Amino acid sequence: MSRSNLPPLRLHVPEPPARPGEEADFSHIDILPAGVTPRPDSAADSATMRDLAYGLVRVLDDEGNAVGPWNPRLSPDVLRRMLRAMALTRAFDDRMFRAQRQGKTSFYMKSLGEEAVSIGAAFALQRDDMCFPSYRQQGILIARDWDLVDMMNQIYSNKGDRLKGRQLPIMYSAKDASFFSISGNLTTQVPQAVGWAMASAARGDTRIAASWCGEGSTAEGDFHAALTFATVYRAPVVLNVVNNQWAISSFAGFAGAESTTFAARAVGYGIAGLRIDGNDALAVYAATAWAAERARTNHGPTLIEHFTYRAEGHSTSDDPSAYRSSEERSKWPLGDPVARLKAHLIAIGEWDEARHAAQDLELAEQVKAAAKAAEKNGILGHGMHQPFATMFEDVFEDMPWHLKEQSAQMMSERMRKWPKPGEGPR
Amino acid sequence: MPDAPATNMNMIEAINDALSVAMERDLDVTVLGEDVGYFGGVFRATAGLQKTYGKTRVFDTPITECGIVGVAVGMAAYGLRPVPEIQFADYIYPALDQLVSEAARLRYRSAGEFPMPITVRSPFGGGIFGGQTHSQSPEAIFTHVCGLKTVIPSTPYDAKGLLLAAIEDNDPVIFFEPKRIYNGPFDGHYDRPVQPWAKHPASLVPSGHYTIPLGKAALVREGQDLTVLAYGTMVHVALSVVEELGVDADVVDLRTLMPLDIETIESSVKKTGRCLVIHEATRTGGFGAELSALVQERCFYYLEAPVERVTGFDTPYPHSLEWAYFPGPIRIGMAIEKVMKD
Repeated sequence: MSRSNLPPLRLHVPEPPARPGEEADFSHIDILPAGVTPRPDSAADSATMRDLAYGLVRVLDDEGNAVGPWNPRLSPDVLRRMLRAMALTRAFDDRMFRAQRQGKTSFYMKSLGEEAVSIGAAFALQRDDMCFPSYRQQGILIARDWDLVDMMNQIYSNKGDRLKGRQLPIMYSAKDASFFSISGNLTTQVPQAVGWAMASAARGDTRIAASWCGEGSTAEGDFHAALTFATVYRAPVVLNVVNNQWAISSFAGFAGAESTTFAARAVGYGIAGLRIDGNDALAVYAATAWAAERARTNHGPTLIEHFTYRAEGHSTSDDPSAYRSSEERSKWPLGDPVARLKAHLIAIGEWDEARHAAQDLELAEQVKAAAKAAEKNGILGHGMHQPFATMFEDVFEDMPWHLKEQSAQMMSERMRKWPKPGEGPR
Repeated sequence: MPDAPATNMNMIEAINDALSVAMERDLDVTVLGEDVGYFGGVFRATAGLQKTYGKTRVFDTPITECGIVGVAVGMAAYGLRPVPEIQFADYIYPALDQLVSEAARLRYRSAGEFPMPITVRSPFGGGIFGGQTHSQSPEAIFTHVCGLKTVIPSTPYDAKGLLLAAIEDNDPVIFFEPKRIYNGPFDGHYDRPVQPWAKHPASLVPSGHYTIPLGKAALVREGQDLTVLAYGTMVHVALSVVEELGVDADVVDLRTLMPLDIETIESSVKKTGRCLVIHEATRTGGFGAELSALVQERCFYYLEAPVERVTGFDTPYPHSLEWAYFPGPIRIGMAIEKVMKD
């Protein structure tokens, strides 16, 4: 129904600045210089720092200097350990991506270009602070020195997999690393992190929680429920939004980025919101340390938007050349997180190209050795899986009759497939 | 029954007593939900708990069921034993992802690293003129989900013992409370005076701690000619109809739908040769379909007649036509006539 004297309504459907074959266009992104953003006291009222949700905290400048009030002034030793964890994550991703392409597993997800997000945060948190990650924070486990073979066993779903081959590759669970079981259902972990933090506060504990989700999934109701709970109970939690610009093929505009920032979601909830350069490991460290201090001193939650770029496809099942400009990765204005931290260490005279190249070789060897060890436990689809009967374990603490019956049924099917004793896997 | 002194309670009081006993015994038990704190819940099930156990163990929440259950999952991951209340079962759907994909699966997907000892309490069922958003019986949605237990009490005594067992269970439990019988048993005759619980033997609730194991049905009436499988409000309606019609029936109160007490069901049907399944929930894909299939699979050669189902109709719960919808004495009576024929 239209009225002739009124203009017709128009539905706005967002469109990214560049599609395949077009020139990458980041002109709409306002990059503030490093060092210019003020750093409020971590106990300050969130109402006094709303500008930070629309700004961009940066520490590393284009020359590799660490500048401004957010400079965390880390020792060269810590900087080198961060660089090493980031490079190891990259080497791990590289090897596991190839393993998927070689048919050794069904699926993999790289974090290329986003290593600073998880590793900067892991270094700023205490090791027993509880992390509720999404699927691209493998860097947390690596920063916490988790066993690479254990991670690979999970990726291969083999007989060494602690999770018994039940989860899609990369959906780790590592309670001993204070790393919560990863869900494929997006953003469920955010209210869970808030609940963990509320429990910690209710118990007078000193540990805090942190969660990560992508910018695309901030559209989920769970995200908003989490922010409401976080502000209501002033939960000691750090809520990270990794804005890597792309949710599979949907650019950030489909989560609302054309109209505001993701850090600005905090403003409406009365939560401290920081928007930071996610490719700057020192900015990630500094923002996380600030938020952790705020949480640990009972000043409540912080929402951190990590402004970064997903340099690869969403997963091994994705082909980004089908929906975005192939130039974007090289033209991303915030650079590469590993290269930037490396440049900083070189600039302060604590690192050099030769050491870096040697470290890359060493890390590739370390990953290769881990992969060989994990492959001894089997690769996906080659029979070295968990015993069949484990399928029915852990549905409940005690197995009810109907699962016992179904387990017997499954075993009789296996017996029909491999009738002779000793034939086939058991 | 335990030897502890017993008092007459309605179902609300029994649930409140169970929560209090659980909180007294275990510091990890934490109650959260809309209006459960200072006010004590819209049905008063949590009355007085905040005063006794403090605001950090009993607290009001924002109106987001997704958030309530999501936060409960996080609290369970920390090591607490949360008991969230969803104010009406009709409101539980925003929490489905957290229940179905998270709470129910976490033990499995983490291979035991993160068990989820959560008990979600929620009033359910109709017969109170609640209209379509305060009357539903969504139990079959949850029995269909692997990793969840579903418990439905029918008396104050059972409510307390089952709720304590549910809270102490290390797996997530959906605990549906039939709100029509919160204040008294219901014979299905909406036009007759309401009976208080005080006259019912199962309103005598022992003080202190006791549990009723999950997965054990109760044979609440013994007979030879018919097996009636029911739970919640419908147990009382079934008993009343069976008495009125003079049918010599076993009436089995399932109490727990998952895990199900198949032994009690099987032995009863093999004895009687006839089976009637009753629930208030909608018919298609309801838990009655599962019961009917199980009886058919396991007792076929003992059956004298096809298994009959009496259920709510496959419509939303209608406000003004509530009593035409409710599977009351007439519908049950007609089904009994059919199942008892030849």
